[in-house]
Amino acid sequence: MATDNLNIPEITKKDFQVDNEIKWCAGCGSFAILNSVINVLPKLGVKKEDVCFVSGIGCSSRFPYYIKTYGFHGLHGRAAAIASGVKVANPNLNVWQITGDGDCMAIGGNHFIHLLRRNININILLLNNKIYGLTKGQYSPTTPKGSKTKTSPDGTIEEAFKPGELAIGAGAHFFARVTDTDQKLMQDAFYQGAMHKGASFTEILENCVIFNNAAHADITEKDLKDDHTIYLQHGEKMIFGSERDKGLVLDGLKLKVVKIGEDGYTMEDVLVHDATCEDTTLHYMLARMARPEFPLALGVIRNYQGTSYDELLQAQFDDARKNSPIKTMDQLMNSGAVFEN
Amino acid sequence: MKKKSTKVVQLEEVVVKFAGDSGDGMQLTGSQFSDTSAVAGHDLATFPDYPAEIRAPQGTVAGVSGFQVHIGHKDVHTSGDLADVLVAMNPAALMANMRWVKPGATIIIDIDNFDNKSYKKAGYTEDPLGDGSLEGYNVVKAPITALTRATLADMDLNIKTVDKTKNQFALGLLYWLFNRELDVAFDFLAKKFKDKPDLIIANQKVLKAGYHYAETIEALETTYYIPPTSDKKGKFRNITGNQAVAWGLMAAAEKANLDLFLGSYPITPASEILQELSKRKHMRVKTFQAEDEIAGICSAIGASYTGVLAATSTSGPGLALKGEAIGLAVMTELPLVIVNVQRGGPATGLPTKPEQSDLMQALYGRNGESPVVVMAASSPANCFDYAFMASKIALERMVPVILLTDGYLANGSELWPVPAMKDLPEIKVPFATPNDPDYQPYKRDPKTLARQWAIPGMEGLRHRVGGLEKADITGEVSHNAINHEKMSHYREEKVQRVADMIPELTVYGDPEADLLVVGWGGTHGAILSAVEDLQDDGKSIAMTHFNYIKPLPKNTAEVFSKYKKIVVCENNLGQFANYLRSQHPQFNYIQFNKIQGLPFMVFELKEKFIQILQEN
Repeated sequence: MATDNLNIPEITKKDFQVDNEIKWCAGCGSFAILNSVINVLPKLGVKKEDVCFVSGIGCSSRFPYYIKTYGFHGLHGRAAAIASGVKVANPNLNVWQITGDGDCMAIGGNHFIHLLRRNININILLLNNKIYGLTKGQYSPTTPKGSKTKTSPDGTIEEAFKPGELAIGAGAHFFARVTDTDQKLMQDAFYQGAMHKGASFTEILENCVIFNNAAHADITEKDLKDDHTIYLQHGEKMIFGSERDKGLVLDGLKLKVVKIGEDGYTMEDVLVHDATCEDTTLHYMLARMARPEFPLALGVIRNYQGTSYDELLQAQFDDARKNSPIKTMDQLMNSGAVFEN
Repeated sequence: MKKKSTKVVQLEEVVVKFAGDSGDGMQLTGSQFSDTSAVAGHDLATFPDYPAEIRAPQGTVAGVSGFQVHIGHKDVHTSGDLADVLVAMNPAALMANMRWVKPGATIIIDIDNFDNKSYKKAGYTEDPLGDGSLEGYNVVKAPITALTRATLADMDLNIKTVDKTKNQFALGLLYWLFNRELDVAFDFLAKKFKDKPDLIIANQKVLKAGYHYAETIEALETTYYIPPTSDKKGKFRNITGNQAVAWGLMAAAEKANLDLFLGSYPITPASEILQELSKRKHMRVKTFQAEDEIAGICSAIGASYTGVLAATSTSGPGLALKGEAIGLAVMTELPLVIVNVQRGGPATGLPTKPEQSDLMQALYGRNGESPVVVMAASSPANCFDYAFMASKIALERMVPVILLTDGYLANGSELWPVPAMKDLPEIKVPFATPNDPDYQPYKRDPKTLARQWAIPGMEGLRHRVGGLEKADITGEVSHNAINHEKMSHYREEKVQRVADMIPELTVYGDPEADLLVVGWGGTHGAILSAVEDLQDDGKSIAMTHFNYIKPLPKNTAEVFSKYKKIVVCENNLGQFANYLRSQHPQFNYIQFNKIQGLPFMVFELKEKFIQILQEN
């Protein structure tokens, strides 16, 4: 593994910056996301040549052209399948999948759930701006119900996917949610996701300045975000609010927002976030929390370290190589039922 | 029981068909008989005939499973037109197979299953044993079920297990009929049931009982002897087309010193390729059973990007789903082998039946100008050679290659002379050199037009590939009009230059005969048999057969120009004939097409050729 190699030359974010022009719209959230990724890569202990970015189609999927690594700009929806082939064929590579809400949740939904189910060690970044940008403004599977877009002039009548809910349902071991306005939050989630062995899935709530501007303002605006979001940290109490006086408690089988010190609730009652447990019940509820009843959960919501596809495959490989006396084609072709005339 | 006196007749070749309910073990019986024939030194070809349903209702025609084996003293090219011996375990098996039996053939039936109830299930309105329809055939009415049960009466086995050994009784009959030693079958059973000693004894006892029964009854007075082949010396194994494809890919990977990756989704009749390679982790083979056909090929493209030999296997409907991704491999100019085991179509079509109707799809079934190399194997065993060559072309020329086989080649088997790896051609992979300051992703070898393969992990060569049009040399995204035209020509020309590395067309027979028979792919054996027969009869006929379709062999027009009449035979409505018309329009192509989900019969080809020869 590259991470075991002590001779990795020192690298910085400059090693990943491209000279060519970046063609996202001015003010697009993708710039900040790219910057976060470039800041995280030098910290991973991998050689710059061992990093590989794979994407599908859409605005976000232009990402590989704007980062100086090996990169594969694939087909619409198919990045997960291409990335799976890259990682399975060469497990030494540090593989990232960049995708958008149309690419990942609509045309690529099938590959997405299967990548998570298999738990291949790939870092998936979903740039979720809740709109089709590259095709100029149609609703996506994450567009809130009722939204008026070019293809829903009377408002959408479809329920929106909650990507975290879908991911955990598909067996994801790692799920984080961040906003494109918070560098620290992004870098922390990207780093933890990259260190996680197995598939990691991070949803980035991204602003599209052209077709869905301020879609996330309710949670990213300075005066709103503290009361409208909760930043979950492993081992820490689930508290939030500009006064840090609100918390999440369990009320029967449901989550509930309480004010600490009111209605008999004390700090003792507030839940402590355990991202690493195998059981998905609480992670699922946290991922589902929606405004206005609840704050939107941000940070690493689930980080359960199981066994990755890569490790299991390698183990089967090593066993097969060790146990079979047949190592070459000549041996194979002359084994078993051979008739000699 | 006392032994009768029998006479032995020497035969050049014989076709035997085993047929029964899909649970009757006919595939196993057929394989056992084939293996024994191989040990006896015969050339052979086999073809299993499965129903599309796994266990259709017992006793119905839909549930009949068959296995045909053609064995001979001389070269055997096909699994045979019509059977000399039919084993029919029930009336449905008889009903389904009577039209594939030679006049006067020996028909062995399990008389215990021939009653009014079974006739009805099989769709007979009259008793076939009494209505005269079997007049002229040598019908052996063997009480197979009763004698099997009697043979195992002293063993403590339940009736279901006992009845499952009936196939060995039938096999015993055949062993006697063809003067076979029982040892090979005994060894086979001992291996197959090695953890179940009871079943070894039971099956061996029933096999022997069948053999002795045949020795005793009056209906079988003659046994047959087929002398061993004299011209095939060396080591052989019986191999199916699907296994040969899998091994050909593995051989290419070993030759190129690369790992092999197969990304695939199960589909009839291609699944055995995925299954065979799944067993080969010890040979540096990785298989990825994807969630769908698209993921199958996309994972293979991803794997190819990392520098392994990558392949995907499928059948017609799957090839349709892979179309967009094949275009991606064309655009990224990565090596990829796409194996398409053709079946009857369109849509789900005839999943278990062979056809050659994906040719146009392979050539043109994609968006944009999307040239790939298209080739076709023509016998179960040469699936190995063409899978090897498909890999060599893909790797050396950095190009996707579609290898066409079909359900007939895939499931059929024949004796294959085991090659030595040292005799297979070298594969030189155009890897880039790490830290090469002159590396450019789309710089081409001036001779082959192949670009270099720089793979993740190589220092100093980080670059991006993708489905957007790429600028010549640099590989940057380009929407430039002139560049697109230039790159379109490069991609086409790169495929055309593969003609430099493939063999020229050869002609079998008189280079200036009255009629040239043209075929491609899986029809080779039947066409060759028909042409050989007619040549023996003194007819002025020659044949040529295509394994390389895009590009065509360089001397194609030259070969065609020598003949007044050209007939193109194929199992579709004329796709190759139309392709030839587009490539070499100066010739007149007569068509002979059959699209019944069945291979050509030798006799029907002969009839057609004679008719064409007689026309002015």
